[in-house]
Amino acid sequence: MKRRWTLYDPRLAWMLVAPVLLLLIFFLVLPIAVMGAYTFFTFVTAGVETSVLTTANWHEFLTDSYYHGFLLKTLRVGAMTALLCGVLGYFPAYFIWATTFKHKWLLLLLLIVPFWISFTIRTFSWINILGEQGVVNVALLRMGIISDPLPMLYNEGAVILGLLHFLLPYMILNVYVSLEGIDRTLISAARSMGCTSAQAFREVTLPLSLPGLAAGLLLCFVLAAGSYVTPQLLGSGRDALFGNLIYDTIMGELNWPMGATLSIVLFLVLGFFAAIYTRYMGMSQIVKGLGG
Amino acid sequence: MKARRKEEGRWAWRLTGFVTICVYIFMFAPIVATVILSFNASMFGGFPMTGFSLQWYAKLMTNEQVLAAFRTSLWIALLTAAVTTAIGVVTAFALVRFEFPGKQALSTLVILPALVPETILGVGLLVLIKAVDQPRTMVLLVLGHILLAVPYVVLIAQARMVGIRRVYEEAALSLGASRLSSFREITLPLLIPAVVGGALLAFTISFDNTSASLFWRPAGVETMPTQILSMLKISISPEINALGTVMILVTVGIPLLGGLILQSLTRLKRRGEPKEEAR
Repeated sequence: MKRRWTLYDPRLAWMLVAPVLLLLIFFLVLPIAVMGAYTFFTFVTAGVETSVLTTANWHEFLTDSYYHGFLLKTLRVGAMTALLCGVLGYFPAYFIWATTFKHKWLLLLLLIVPFWISFTIRTFSWINILGEQGVVNVALLRMGIISDPLPMLYNEGAVILGLLHFLLPYMILNVYVSLEGIDRTLISAARSMGCTSAQAFREVTLPLSLPGLAAGLLLCFVLAAGSYVTPQLLGSGRDALFGNLIYDTIMGELNWPMGATLSIVLFLVLGFFAAIYTRYMGMSQIVKGLGG
Repeated sequence: MKARRKEEGRWAWRLTGFVTICVYIFMFAPIVATVILSFNASMFGGFPMTGFSLQWYAKLMTNEQVLAAFRTSLWIALLTAAVTTAIGVVTAFALVRFEFPGKQALSTLVILPALVPETILGVGLLVLIKAVDQPRTMVLLVLGHILLAVPYVVLIAQARMVGIRRVYEEAALSLGASRLSSFREITLPLLIPAVVGGALLAFTISFDNTSASLFWRPAGVETMPTQILSMLKISISPEINALGTVMILVTVGIPLLGGLILQSLTRLKRRGEPKEEAR
């Protein structure tokens, strides 16, 4: 007898998700697990290691202040970037949400367009603004305000600026999505009960948009702390972040066990922040933010 | 008193508008500067402009390395977009329509590649293939890109899927259509905007990927972003500004074109089809 599927058969669901599940297992779960095991391997020489188990890599990481400095700097840059994104991103999100301008979609589209432009190009384009021959320096020199070009590139400020440029659209879209979810009659209600527009904003709009802001902050923090290209292009050697350290350890020194250890550390640290976030906010807001 | 409060509100609104304008300028200033500088006649990449010239574009067209990297990236991105869209849409369908144990865990797992830093994903896969003694191949690179793009496609398709009522499918099934043909004839056409949107996004994610590609590319293979990165190690030249401008045209032009096609498609579709439930 022919086997009949029921309408929404779980077996069919498993068949449908099988490709994605396999991909995630072999390219995400398994690699991270193997990387975890690799942190206990013994480093012999560049590119060679043995599977003799040791805690040397962890010991080195935990005792060497060189690594702690990198981790702290990475967290600091990530936090500063996220905060700046929050402050600078809220205004445009609120503006687009509240404006009576007819073509709101155009304002949103303008924010999505930078997403499409190659990230590497967007990052190096800042050299054309901040460099010795960049817009700012040339303009200031021509106006006679300065006599020597200002050194604005290859420092931490430039790295944060580049990250800000990359992450602001994420923040704005996150906040905008949560503002869109607010029932506007609540604000009219607050106004009709005698709130000033500032009070209505403080008591109604702001609290209700906090989930989007929090999701944006987490996203910006995680993506900034994991960045590689921006510090590489806009920072000096001293402004390298944890991602650069991992890359150099693996691709430069070929010290795979240490590289794996550093990756797991970054994974755990960022996972810790994400876990705190999900504990209080849940996953759904991030999903909304990523989906645009 | 009341007038003063009103005045405050106006100032707050003006401030908001002002910051908004500044943010837009901030977002577009470096891009505009790059496009302008690509036409600079000077051989140094920077202001002031010494004249208008297309020579850097001409030079670019004969740069074999750049052309090879462009072709490589194009193929990888097309392949990534096709595969990711197929498996992503099917996954979204399963996640929205079906109930099965582990569904919640899977939907969390699916978005993880978007949250885990690329450096970690990059190292992880490398360590895995080193552990099983496999070389880096193009297949691996493409599969890696699929992994990076899959969260976005699933999320876009899921968002659309939620808005499509299941009664249409059920009607088709009760009229004797098979599961497959009900999906093909009913669900998929209604999902088209998400399919096209997801494919475009997957294309750009792949075409644009730098950090992970640096880890995964086979020896001797350059993708467009890694090629740009290695060119930048030497210096920022007008040629690189020209390359940037071409890339901007490709990555902005293609989605905009796709969006326009999509719009006219949905406009055509709207006639004679059941109205969807508003989301």
